[in-house]
Amino acid sequence: MNYPSELKYTKTHEWVRLEGDVAVVGITDFAQDALGDVVFVDLPQTGRTVEAGAAVAVVESVKTASDIYAPLSGEIIEVNSALSDKPELINQSPYAEGWLFKMRVNPLDVNKLLSAADYRAVAENQ
Amino acid sequence: MVSFAGYEMPIQYTSITLEHLAVRSQAGMFDVSHMGEFWIRGAGALEFLQYATLNDVSKLKEGRAQYSMLPNARGGVVDDIYLYRTGAQEYLMVLNAANIEKDWLHLQRLAEGFAVELENASDLFALIAVQGPNAVAVMQKLTDTDLASRKKNDTFMGKLAGKWVRFARTGYTGEDGYELFIAPEDAQVVWEALLAAGITPCGLGARDTLRLEAGFPLYGHELTDETNPLCTPYSWVVKAQKEFFGKEVMLQVRCERRLVGLLVEGGIPREGYRLLRDGREVGYLTSGTHSPVLRKGIGMGYVEADWSEPGTRLEAEVRGKLLAATVVEAPFVKR
Repeated sequence: MNYPSELKYTKTHEWVRLEGDVAVVGITDFAQDALGDVVFVDLPQTGRTVEAGAAVAVVESVKTASDIYAPLSGEIIEVNSALSDKPELINQSPYAEGWLFKMRVNPLDVNKLLSAADYRAVAENQ
Repeated sequence: MVSFAGYEMPIQYTSITLEHLAVRSQAGMFDVSHMGEFWIRGAGALEFLQYATLNDVSKLKEGRAQYSMLPNARGGVVDDIYLYRTGAQEYLMVLNAANIEKDWLHLQRLAEGFAVELENASDLFALIAVQGPNAVAVMQKLTDTDLASRKKNDTFMGKLAGKWVRFARTGYTGEDGYELFIAPEDAQVVWEALLAAGITPCGLGARDTLRLEAGFPLYGHELTDETNPLCTPYSWVVKAQKEFFGKEVMLQVRCERRLVGLLVEGGIPREGYRLLRDGREVGYLTSGTHSPVLRKGIGMGYVEADWSEPGTRLEAEVRGKLLAATVVEAPFVKR
């Protein structure tokens, strides 16, 4: 299982890549593997302001539906529209092409998230 | 791996979608050894089975099989089963693993007064289902018994990979193929021979998506102790010209709700979701999934009889959102 060290993580299996004051959000390799084949993604409205921990998206595999939580507070500014035709990108490329949405955030909030090593410990103890 | 009816079973070996598509385009196999098997033997076996099951057992010739159900006294279904006639006075009943104890108690009670002997042989068989358009051709390489000329629902003994098996041209995927009843000690040899011949191993996940595409019911979902089969697309199983246990009550039903197939756009329907028409609840889903072949949401559910005609437009409530759901006739995917 792959846990890139340049990313930040949540206990609920989202990853965050900070680009200035924009947080790119997706689900981890561990999460996509546990879900199995992703067949549908319900993405948030852009322009919506959300609190950290709010359920903002749903990723559905053949097996089950899984809520995706906002890792940080902020405004949803973009969603990955490629996922509506190719939801399998989440399985194939969870940290790159399979990203879910972008949020404008306070960059300092990122320090509240888990490091790769801490997330690995969370994931592998489940 | 998940625990299911006392067995540890894989949801998937690699990917539900890939396993599903392997069965639709080539051949896949399922270890369904968890299924229950009862022997029914004796001079009164036919008479007993006519009483205890819904389909017409008098039509079942030696070496043939039929789908059927066990009725209860309230017009509902104890279990759905497959019945194989293996001899003049010998039948093998295959039933759902979760229902083995319930069915056993039910049938033992009903058997009083019939010249019949029941044996719970559930631990005496491993069962491997080999399914898909190439299944028969691949299995043929492992046996001298001619498989291609047999008809759907034929059953016979033969050797496969050097082991005695009962072949049955039946299955739960909507594809051609055989189910193989094997002595447990021989199952590994047969499985490995099939694997070496190129058959894709498939888990419980693909078994469910395949049966749903094919429009087959799953006990506990579409059929239960409370559902009357006359209100389902499987009403053909009920042979009203013969006598059977609970017949009078079953035939009295007025179907307030009917079981239908549903195509859902823009999301994936799941068991328990509500079905609405003009904002009013008119039914609920008993099963739902994403169809890997159609790449759409498919499901089955009970809806008020007025809204059960094919083409009727309903809405499925998926996490607070309303998605377009159209009543359709199953199967969703035809061979």
